[in-house]
Amino acid sequence: MSFITRGFSGRRRERDPRLPPGQTLVADWPVLSAGPTPTVADDAWEFVIGTENDVHRWTRAELEALGVEDVTVDIHCVTHWTKLDMAWRGVSLDRVFAEVETAHRFAMVHSFGGYTTNVALDDLLGGKSWIAFEAEGAPLTAEHGGPARLLVPHLYFWKSAKWVQGLVTMPRDSPGFWEQNGYHPHGDPWREERYE
Amino acid sequence: MNRRPAWHVATVVESRPETTTARRLELEVPTWPGNDAGAHVDVRLTAPDGYQASRSYSLASSGDGTRVTLAVDEIPDGEVSPFLVHDLRVGDRIELHGPLGAFFVWRPSDDPAPVQLIAGGSGVVPLYAMAAAHARSGEATPLRLLYSVRSPGDVFFRPELEALADRGLPLDLVYTRTAPPGVSAPPGRLTAEGLRRAVFPAAQRPRVYVCGPTPFVEAVAGWLVDDGHDPAAVRTERFGGA
Repeated sequence: MSFITRGFSGRRRERDPRLPPGQTLVADWPVLSAGPTPTVADDAWEFVIGTENDVHRWTRAELEALGVEDVTVDIHCVTHWTKLDMAWRGVSLDRVFAEVETAHRFAMVHSFGGYTTNVALDDLLGGKSWIAFEAEGAPLTAEHGGPARLLVPHLYFWKSAKWVQGLVTMPRDSPGFWEQNGYHPHGDPWREERYE
Repeated sequence: MNRRPAWHVATVVESRPETTTARRLELEVPTWPGNDAGAHVDVRLTAPDGYQASRSYSLASSGDGTRVTLAVDEIPDGEVSPFLVHDLRVGDRIELHGPLGAFFVWRPSDDPAPVQLIAGGSGVVPLYAMAAAHARSGEATPLRLLYSVRSPGDVFFRPELEALADRGLPLDLVYTRTAPPGVSAPPGRLTAEGLRRAVFPAAQRPRVYVCGPTPFVEAVAGWLVDDGHDPAAVRTERFGGA
């Protein structure tokens, strides 16, 4: 139904093919969150996975012992900004889930501060997600989710939960915080899965 | 009422300066389903070659009806806000997607907790919508607004806020750079102490909405939590990087 806006030509004429529809490149790194920034002590932090069978816990040192990777990925926020070629350092969920047995296909990710977001395991595994401790060569600041956030770059960035605490696997999909508040249950930027 | 977000065609019916850098746009949206106070929209512009640009803007209006108000602050090197501020004219049409946001909203309710609104700069737009909706609702729940601006020329919705204050809204204006004549306090950034003096104390368990630039929201939300406010009762909306 789009129509031409009288007088609008736009600034950026060349469109980077890495830019999903409706997105705009940014150089800075905007901050979005629904409430105050939680204070999470580095030494108290651990990562927890609960399944139908078990509860697994890793300290940061135990996670890093599984193997730390450097990845360079693009991130896409539902509020229309995209940041290309961000350098991250973290542990692949593949390495973490190598120690976990579950028949479930979905997970609810939980953060300090009470935030939740739902992600299918197919969207977490297969080289698609990390527990990230660093971005752009420096430890994650509290505003950006430090000491650790989930990184799921192929989905809108609200899935990359800040201040991540762990996840609980689920037999069926169930909406998390923003998903209950009008956002799409999946969140693929290339399909513009912004709102439900 | 079905307020699922959808695309709407909006026609500009009025455009006038809001602050030294912002413009108020009144839009007629015949298909608009109404919106809660605090909701936002995505504005989409399309160039003749098909190029599109989208940005999110908070709504200054709420309730039923097909008239929608935006107040757009110009980001000097921006792509969309300079167009909306300088080039968009009465009679022009733009696309809106919305209403969006079911979390950073205020609705009339049975919740007796007082409501504290805290705004920095153009972050007052959704909070003004909440204050106006609260006044219209006649709700007895106490509500107050703390609003930090650089100078008198930067106050959004000044006549409307003064009218609400005349009708009993406690309005605390903090001028960070230039204060108008007659204000005794020297201009300066909001401090933890200034915040504590102006807001409902934590013991009253207020619901708090904070909206503004990231450093402002980060500082204010941190002070609130330090002062014993329940983090779950503090809702934030930010703009800009860090």
